[in-house]
Amino acid sequence: MSQIDDLTNPDTHHDAKPWVSDESKEIIKQGLWKNNPGLVQLLGLCPLLAVSSTVINALGLAIATTAVLVLSNWIVSLVRNQVPKEIRIPIFVMIIASLVTCIELIMHAFTYDLYLSLGIFIPLIVTNCAIIGRAEAFASKNEPGIAALDGLMMGLGFSLVLLALGAIRELLGNGTLFSGAQALFGQGIPDLTITVFSSDTSFLFAVLPPGAFVVMGFLIALKNIADKK
Amino acid sequence: MKLNLASSPFSRKALKTPELMRLVMLCLIPGVFVQWYVFGWGNLIQIMIAGILAVVTEAIILAIRNKPVIRTIKDNSALLTGVLLGISLPPYTPWWITAIGIVFAILVVKHLYGGLGQNLFNPAMVAYVLLLISFPVHMTSWVPPESLMQHSVTFADAWSLIASGFSIDGYSLQQIKTAVDGTTMATPLDTLKTDLGHGLTVSESLNKPIFGTFAGFGSEWISIAFLVGGLFLLKQKAIGWQIPASFLGGLFVISLMGYLSDPDTMVSPLIHLFSGASIFAAFFILTDPVSASTTPRGRIIFGVLIALLTYVIRTWGGYPDAIAFAVILANMCVPLIDYYTQPSVYGSRKA
Repeated sequence: MSQIDDLTNPDTHHDAKPWVSDESKEIIKQGLWKNNPGLVQLLGLCPLLAVSSTVINALGLAIATTAVLVLSNWIVSLVRNQVPKEIRIPIFVMIIASLVTCIELIMHAFTYDLYLSLGIFIPLIVTNCAIIGRAEAFASKNEPGIAALDGLMMGLGFSLVLLALGAIRELLGNGTLFSGAQALFGQGIPDLTITVFSSDTSFLFAVLPPGAFVVMGFLIALKNIADKK
Repeated sequence: MKLNLASSPFSRKALKTPELMRLVMLCLIPGVFVQWYVFGWGNLIQIMIAGILAVVTEAIILAIRNKPVIRTIKDNSALLTGVLLGISLPPYTPWWITAIGIVFAILVVKHLYGGLGQNLFNPAMVAYVLLLISFPVHMTSWVPPESLMQHSVTFADAWSLIASGFSIDGYSLQQIKTAVDGTTMATPLDTLKTDLGHGLTVSESLNKPIFGTFAGFGSEWISIAFLVGGLFLLKQKAIGWQIPASFLGGLFVISLMGYLSDPDTMVSPLIHLFSGASIFAAFFILTDPVSASTTPRGRIIFGVLIALLTYVIRTWGGYPDAIAFAVILANMCVPLIDYYTQPSVYGSRKA
């Protein structure tokens, strides 16, 4: 188990040890940029667009999704040789659903305000096709450690897009950033809200789902421009 | 009787884009003039702001896209988008709302789709919907006709209201909106919707001063002025007859059926046609050559579809008027409509 524990903690896996294998490097690059679940694979768009109205909401979902991705990739990879090919998808879904239930209960217990504001989108992490997609395409074919690293990198890539969307929409919509941080970190922390500009009226379009689609389109366009150069 | 003989070719000269756009703008003048007469300076200033910003935005984007700037601007299409949006907005909308709308119309709706001729949606209407869902308070701050207002709004007041939200004497838009009898006024369609929601019958609601001879007070004459301009446009063959006819006819028939079935809660066809944006939209919005259907049969389907959507949203939806939503929804159906209504090639069918 000690070996597995080491491998499931990919941060120490590639930070502490000087040797980052080419395979790991490629996984990091794929997850964060080249094959980003949000910008390139366009997977899991429903929660991505629905809860990215503020940075804090986006951060909450980002953490939850990344945790589920890392754990589900790891577990799927651990059991990959015992799972019969014919019924692998239901088994993967069951693993993911159990993990999501755990995350949901944790959020219910410790970040109740955020739990309320994310609402249905926490249980809906189960249906995030980025997660089942990684389980099927990567974790079921690779070693547990490398699968967990892939989960972490895909999760981080997804999180970055979520946070960018959340920041742009909150800024355009309300002129603030990081409002409602206490919902995520508890009442103990100070109010982190940064008011970039204050206005009597909010730009509702940015806060509503159509604005999310338009901002998402701009993000994808920016990535394509960056890739061309 | 003397018959003039002309020699072939009998081709009709098609209007080029700049001439067409100029003609459309000229035909808007009667409507805009009556709008100025009834509602004051607000919309003229909006038209100016939106028009100038539209052209400036278009020029900047064309320069970024490495397209010929001066030649393209001269096609007047951006200017027309600005003028149409300026006519549609509530008269004393703050200038920055107009600016957001027009930049969105030109940048996102027009140029991100590839510029003139490529846009899927009518830019002015998408801008209107964007503003309506983003700034519901400002975008429903309609004012009563000048003659029903408690405070008269001069040209300087209008500028000041649009620039700062207050008139020269320091009245806010909310105070300006107050009518002679101290009640706040909305548009005729909005008044009807609210009254019906309060359990009044249509005929009770129609006694209010916001209603005139046969439709909205003042707005009925604006509609007639737009009708005159639109008919001239039709006579010049700048637009086809199919869209205005099918839209207005469709709206008439649908609202007549509703009216006959329940005259207490359903509004008469006259009010549907002459209040709100129906006439203006029929000739100047729906007929946008780029985003409307292009086949003759398709245009009739397009017009009827907008009429149906407009009636449904006006009657059962959350908004008093619905032209902009209906146009956008119908724009989305245009590729499908065009696909199934291709005219058959001459000779392909047996006689």
